[in-house]
Amino acid sequence: MEMITKVLTANALLTAFAVVGIVMWLSNILSAKLTMGRVHGSAIAILIGLALAFWGGIATGGHKGLADLPMLAGIGLMGGAMLRDFAIVATACEVDVEQAKKAGLIGVVALLLGTILPFIVGALVAASFGYTDAVSMTTIGAGAVTYIVGPVTGAAIGASSPVIALSIATGVFKAVMVMVGTPLVAGLIGLNNPRSAMVFGGLMGTVSGVSGGLAATDRRLVPYGALTATFHTGLGCLVAPSILYLIVRAIVGG
Amino acid sequence: MIAGVALLAICTLIGQLLGEGLGVLLGVKANVGGVGIAMILLIAARMWLKTRGRYNEGVSRGIGFWGALYIPIVVAMAAQQDVVAAVEGGPIVLIAGVGALLLCFSAVALISRLSGTPETMDEIEAREAREALDAARAPSPVTTH
Repeated sequence: MEMITKVLTANALLTAFAVVGIVMWLSNILSAKLTMGRVHGSAIAILIGLALAFWGGIATGGHKGLADLPMLAGIGLMGGAMLRDFAIVATACEVDVEQAKKAGLIGVVALLLGTILPFIVGALVAASFGYTDAVSMTTIGAGAVTYIVGPVTGAAIGASSPVIALSIATGVFKAVMVMVGTPLVAGLIGLNNPRSAMVFGGLMGTVSGVSGGLAATDRRLVPYGALTATFHTGLGCLVAPSILYLIVRAIVGG
Repeated sequence: MIAGVALLAICTLIGQLLGEGLGVLLGVKANVGGVGIAMILLIAARMWLKTRGRYNEGVSRGIGFWGALYIPIVVAMAAQQDVVAAVEGGPIVLIAGVGALLLCFSAVALISRLSGTPETMDEIEAREAREALDAARAPSPVTTH
C-alpha cells in the first residue's frame, strides 16, 4: 500500500490523467446506459468532479477539493490555470473567423451587461442581509461577477476578510451553477450557435464556469464562449473597484 | 508535432504577457483578456502559415492534441473547486449566486431572440460538409450521360 502511494505521489500528473480518464469513461457509460445519451458524458464527468471536490474538501479541510489529497495533487496541475488556458487557446483553431466577427459588437454588449447585472444583484442581496456599507456591497456585488473580481475589488477598496470570503463564495457558487445549469437551460436560451455562445461567454463570465458549462452542452461552442469570457474578469476588475464603487458610494453614502 | 505545441505555447505566453501589460496599463490587478489575445494570435499564425504552405500535419496535430484534452482538463478543474465553501456560504451566497445566474440566462435568451435566428452549429456543419462535397466534385468533370 505504501509502495502504491509512493508511486502515485511521485507521478502526480500521470495519476491525475489516469483518474480523470477513468471518471470520463464511467461518465460516458452512465450517459449512454442511464440517460440514453440525453445528458452529455462530459456534463456527468464535471458533476462527478464537483462531487469529488466536495468530498475532498470535507476529508482534508482544504480549499482545493480533490487536489488537497497528496496522492491527487496532480489534479491541481492538470486542472490549474496554466493547462486550462493552454487547452482553451488550442481550441481557437476551431473558431470560424467569419462567425466570430459577426458576433463582435453583440459580444461587447453582453460583456458590459454581464458585469453590471450580477453586480446589481449581488449588491442588493448584500444590502438586504445587512451589509449596507458601500465597501461591503461593492465587494459582494463584485463577487457575483466572478470569484476573482470579488477579492481583487475587496482588497482594492479595503473590505473585511469575512466579506471577501463571502464574495469569493458567491463567485465560486455562481461558477459551479453555470457548469451544472447550462446544459439544462441551453435549449431554452437558444444556445446552439456561435453567436449565442459568444453572448453567453460575455454574460456569464468566469472562464471556468463558461468553459465547463459549454463543454457539457456542446463541445463545438467552447472556443466562441471562451473568446468573450476571457475579457470578463479583466473588465470586472477594471470597473468594480472604480466606477461601480463610486456609484454605490454615491447612492448609499460612506 | 513539437512545432505545433511550441507555437501554441508561444501564442499563449505572448497573450498572457500582453494581457498582464494591458492590466498594468489600465491600473488593474488582473490579466485583461490574455487568453483571448492568445486565441487571436493563434488564429492569425495559422492563417499566415497556411498562406505560406507551412501549416502541415505535425503542427496541426500538436495543437489539436491539446484542444482534444480540453474536456478532461475541465473535469480536473471542477475536481479542485472549493465546493465546500460555496455550499457553506449560506443564504446570501445562494440568493446572490442564483439571482445573478437567472438574470444572466434571461439576458442571453433575450439577446439571442432580439438578434434573429442565426445558423445553428449543426446547420453550419451540414452546409460546410455540402460545400466541401461540391468543391470536391467540381474540378473533375462529371462523366454521366
